[in-house]
Amino acid sequence: MSDIAIDTNANAARGRTGRLVVYAIIGAIGICLFLAPFLFPDVRSQEVAARICIFIVLVASYDLLIGYTGIVSFAHTMFFGLGAYGTAIALKLMGPGWDAILLGGALGLVVSLILAALVGLLSLRVKAIFFAMVTLAAASVMAVMASQFSDFTGGEDGIIYKVPKLFSPATKLLTDEDGKVLRIFGAKANGKMAAYYFVFFGSLILYFIMLRIVASPLGTVLEAIRENEMRAEALGYRVVLYRTAIFCIAALIAAGAGILRAVWLKYTGPETSLSFAIMIDILLMVVIGGMGTMTGAIIGATLMSLAQFYLKDLMQLASEATAGIPLLPELLAPDRWLLWLGVLFILLVYFFPAGIVGTLSRKGGHP
Amino acid sequence: MNSITSAFERYGGINLLPVLLALIAFLLIGSPSTWVTLTVAGLAMGMMIFLMASGLSLVFGLMDVLNFGHSAFISFGAFIAASVLAALTAWVAADSVILNLLALLLAIAAAALFGLIAGWAFEKVIIKPVYRDHLRQILITMGALIVAEQIILAIWGGSPISVPRPHFLSGSLIIGDVSIELYRLFAFVLGLIAYVSLYVILNRTRVGLLVRAGVENREMVEALGFRIDRLFVGVFVLGSALAAIGGAMWAGYETLITAAIGSEMMIIVFIVIIIGGLGSIEGSLLGAIMVGLMGNYVAFLAPKMALASNMILMMAILLWRPYGLRPAVK
Repeated sequence: MSDIAIDTNANAARGRTGRLVVYAIIGAIGICLFLAPFLFPDVRSQEVAARICIFIVLVASYDLLIGYTGIVSFAHTMFFGLGAYGTAIALKLMGPGWDAILLGGALGLVVSLILAALVGLLSLRVKAIFFAMVTLAAASVMAVMASQFSDFTGGEDGIIYKVPKLFSPATKLLTDEDGKVLRIFGAKANGKMAAYYFVFFGSLILYFIMLRIVASPLGTVLEAIRENEMRAEALGYRVVLYRTAIFCIAALIAAGAGILRAVWLKYTGPETSLSFAIMIDILLMVVIGGMGTMTGAIIGATLMSLAQFYLKDLMQLASEATAGIPLLPELLAPDRWLLWLGVLFILLVYFFPAGIVGTLSRKGGHP
Repeated sequence: MNSITSAFERYGGINLLPVLLALIAFLLIGSPSTWVTLTVAGLAMGMMIFLMASGLSLVFGLMDVLNFGHSAFISFGAFIAASVLAALTAWVAADSVILNLLALLLAIAAAALFGLIAGWAFEKVIIKPVYRDHLRQILITMGALIVAEQIILAIWGGSPISVPRPHFLSGSLIIGDVSIELYRLFAFVLGLIAYVSLYVILNRTRVGLLVRAGVENREMVEALGFRIDRLFVGVFVLGSALAAIGGAMWAGYETLITAAIGSEMMIIVFIVIIIGGLGSIEGSLLGAIMVGLMGNYVAFLAPKMALASNMILMMAILLWRPYGLRPAVK
């Protein structure tokens, strides 16, 4: 009896230190992202930082579905893409202006909401696995349509457009006495910085909305549905309605992330916002970070984005080093990095289904 | 309304749907010869899709396992068949039907053999540890699919590979002003053979009886002392081999294949088993034929809507019957 008590105490203590470690990492990532324009002024790092911000939102919204409610959807990129394409098409047709972003973004959000409600009500009634298949089919149909209606979406080439003047690199936010762009710690206070902070604060707001949702009674009901659907239904909660509601919310947030992405990149195409590769990225990030934890999204998205940008360089080296051996250089070529991520993914799901955060703090995820 | 429904049921019920589809298409297309060509193409495509879908549906029905990696067998089957045919170019191009047929059968057999072995290994390594855990099943089989696709890219490269078609199947049959590609006839016949043998195995043999009973109620059959898990391995392996054969046939049909073939077909296979209902081969056949016909008709009438039309068909059927047309499991 006392042994068990000691054991739980030890576990709780380990969980506590683990949680502290997690919060320390989150804090560090948060500070780095907040000060990114000053800490990492070069262009490539800026791209990585903005990508991390956007993907944190995308991954956290996906975690609302897979981690908190236990529904597997493959249509998340569809909503992401709707937000991005809505904004992009409006900016292309109406010219660079805030009205275009507002109108296009709103349109993307509305279409996402309608589609999500439709798919949800149609297929969340039946088995979870049905839902996974239906969303997969819906997402790929959407991707094919986007590439076929090319007069509208630019097809495979995507759309290039201009964003409001505030975000163009030539805009001077602050000037010194000579009339040149003011430098703060070596970073130019230009439009690029404004665009980055637009993305950063946009992501931050969306992330806080999700934290609020998770902490609300709605979040508790969702976890109850994940743990035992029958019991939740028996307690009087309309499971289908709750599921559809969270699916719609997640879709809206994903579309919001899409708007941020479209404004940041000034380009929208299948590769950046609609392809299945992004869906795989999201899945990997959720699983690596830890399902059912909002903090997991931050760690997963950061780790994967860094890996994607810098792992390829490493693989290039490995491929050259093994040039003499048959097949091995082929497998180690930088283009094959998805192969290794796939293997990593399978191993993670086997051995650490709770992900980094779940393993460290010993909570969340599935037993 | 009721009399219409009962008449509909009396003349075959949901089995009439493909016929209905063909009739509507006939009115829209207008030209009978085009309609015949399209219908034959649709039926042939449906049969090939049936080969790919039947295994997945049965595996799900029997063990509640949905294998998102199923399409890996389709693409491996396609690429292996392509390699075998390329290696036997002399036989393939020869003017003798026997040599042609031999090359084709060798290619299909190689694909099927791969399906058998890889299916067995896949079941042991990937599926077994995650029985009864849907979330991890979906994630792990998805991961396996990614890995398989990347392996194909590493072995065969990213550029499209052309598949030589045997000489005796490369022409078309011309009756009046209707022309029918021989390969499509061959695909249709092969699919029909597969369906009939599956049907006979499931409905006329003892093993088939056990499989059907297992789909209906697994616990009960286990309580009676039968090892459903062993049966399941058998069904899984067979389903993988069928998918590989389907992939091999599809490679010959398309004549130009890329590593994306698996994920492309996967969507169609999913639509088919959702339409047909999980766990029954009759449902899979019905769904496959409807999807094949729909795909071909719409590709002729409004080319851009081909894939979307199947999606709409699926949505409509889900609205009408949330579990598909002929589900064996609910």
